[in-house]
Amino acid sequence: MYWEPEKECMDREELEQLQLERLQATLNRVYDHVPFYRKRFDAMGISPEDITSLSDLSHLPFTTKDDLRDNYPYGLFAVPMREVVRVHASSGTTGSPTVVGYTRNDIKTWSNLVARVLVAGGVTKDDVVQIAFGYGLFTGAFGLHYGAERLGASVIPTSSGNTARQIKVMMDFKTTALVCTPSYALLIGDTVREMGIPVSALSLKYGLFGAEPWSEALRQEIEDKLGIVATDNYGLSEIIGPGVSSECLERKGLHINEDHFLVETVDPETLKPVPPGDTGELVITTLTKEAFPMIRYRTRDLTCLLAGDCPCGRTGRRMSRLMGRSDDMLIIKGVNVFPSQIEAILFEIEGTEPHYQIVVDRKGAMDEATVLVEAGEAIFFDQMRRQREMVERIEKRLAQELGISVEVKLVEKKTLQRFEGKAQRVIDNRKLWASPPGAGTASHHPSST
Amino acid sequence: MLRAKNLHVHYGVIHALRAVSIHVNEREIVALLGGNGSGKTTLLSAISGVVRPSAGEIVFGGKDITRERVDHLVRLGIIHVPEGRQIFGPLTVEDNLLLGAYQRFSLRDNAAIYKEVEEVYRLFPVLGQRCRQLGGTLSGGEQQMLAIGRALLSRPKVLLLDEPSMGLAPRIVHEIFEHIARLRRERGMTILLVEQNARAALAIADRGYVLETGRVVLQGSSEELLANKDVQRAYLGRARGAAS
Repeated sequence: MYWEPEKECMDREELEQLQLERLQATLNRVYDHVPFYRKRFDAMGISPEDITSLSDLSHLPFTTKDDLRDNYPYGLFAVPMREVVRVHASSGTTGSPTVVGYTRNDIKTWSNLVARVLVAGGVTKDDVVQIAFGYGLFTGAFGLHYGAERLGASVIPTSSGNTARQIKVMMDFKTTALVCTPSYALLIGDTVREMGIPVSALSLKYGLFGAEPWSEALRQEIEDKLGIVATDNYGLSEIIGPGVSSECLERKGLHINEDHFLVETVDPETLKPVPPGDTGELVITTLTKEAFPMIRYRTRDLTCLLAGDCPCGRTGRRMSRLMGRSDDMLIIKGVNVFPSQIEAILFEIEGTEPHYQIVVDRKGAMDEATVLVEAGEAIFFDQMRRQREMVERIEKRLAQELGISVEVKLVEKKTLQRFEGKAQRVIDNRKLWASPPGAGTASHHPSST
Repeated sequence: MLRAKNLHVHYGVIHALRAVSIHVNEREIVALLGGNGSGKTTLLSAISGVVRPSAGEIVFGGKDITRERVDHLVRLGIIHVPEGRQIFGPLTVEDNLLLGAYQRFSLRDNAAIYKEVEEVYRLFPVLGQRCRQLGGTLSGGEQQMLAIGRALLSRPKVLLLDEPSMGLAPRIVHEIFEHIARLRRERGMTILLVEQNARAALAIADRGYVLETGRVVLQGSSEELLANKDVQRAYLGRARGAAS
């Protein structure tokens, strides 16, 4: 089953012609309408008309999250605000959010791409789709919502949280497809079990999970606990949100919607392309976005492009499930967290030493983050009350900045490990990432290695 | 079916096309939109061999035709209906039509060709009624039909139409576009259409490209282009701009 078979199963040569046409039109438009790109291209002595093949893309400069921040909020928009019908912002990083916009056409494109994701994951117009992503600035909920409506499925926008109510809705409304983060799906599964509800009492058939990395082991656990077939889908707000790539029911990698996104994988150090099959950082260029086109955006996500055809018939190349990050970003409870954000707050607060460690665990389904902070002598041997006040103060500031609650523990001075080289500030005990092809099953979070 | 990649055209010092890439699939109607001097006509002329691209390639049915002679291109079925119709005024309607078959006219094949002329009369009854009249005495709309009819006599595989609505009253424009849509519907014709009248063109086209100063700045389905604010502002007028 396909949503747009003429696109999803397109002949490779036709696809490459279409990609080139769309790339050239996009480059002409960003050059005309986004001063940031024009300046960059001019500085490198590149004109859009120099790009005459898909491989010429490598002559263009990369765009990074810092560029988005520097141009906060609307600096990279390619259309005036009166043409923007929707604005989203990247999840969590409230200190330095990245803002993206959509025209009416962008919303239509997005809806169609997400409809492809849903159909590839087994959903049809006859399904009842419960969306348990948080509705808000985050693209996940609205992306899936519009895609499911476009498909013609019945959408139940429960948003996230209140798990007992989620389960009641799921049973009473006979939900057949669940959309949320994998960790929330696991929590729902655990809660179903705790409530003594047999899996057979649920009508669920499919689960479509994304917005955070998850392992095959977690997939198995969720499938068992909810009696579903679970598929992974990938996207990021800077590019469009969900709808960039997704698994089909073969579940042998995520099909990239290549008629809308041009992908490369590069070595994060040298920024040179890596051969297909090798792990590299995913770099994406949008081909059809009107309001917020992106040229060679460095996603920081590590993956590899897979060779060979998929038995499902889709011709879009596949990427492996995510294998890590090329920066130190953590995804905690679906929210992007950078250690540097935590560090900045600790620096603000008097009485703490600039030594800290972030420990992330998964208790059951939910992520738990603890920040160990060395206290300065002055307060540590003082009274308990002052310690408690300080802990509360840091926790409050972290919650404000990060958008999630984090536990803070004060430790004695000089008890945290010191580093001579690169500091290892993060201990991530979750096993989130897929293994590179050919590697063993154990995987390490890149920021903890 | 037809594919152009990175076409550049220079007229002396003027760089009229800059790395233009487009494609037309079989049985598709594709519209080329854009203002005066945007390069639409140049693109059509480069495909039909009337002007020579300075760089780039054109592939038709898997064959590189970039440097092909115009008469060979006509034989391959790439038929250009030029802007301003270019009817031979002193010739009769029928002689104008027969000129479309100039490459294959022979006494032996006459019968087949006259059958095709009859077919054009069925398609455009007004041409049949005026078959003995001189081309120059026809109205603008009739001349446009004659120009398309003449092209059909060349047995087109792809029809390149340049500004078929030019200088015609709105009612006649509607009629001409209805005929163009029928050519695809009933005869499976593949059509690349240059038009100033973006609304009329997008009403019958599947897809379109918007050219600006010799470059493609937008491409997409007709529906997407109609919903695009730049297209609305520049080519559709404000009338329906707000009600996208």
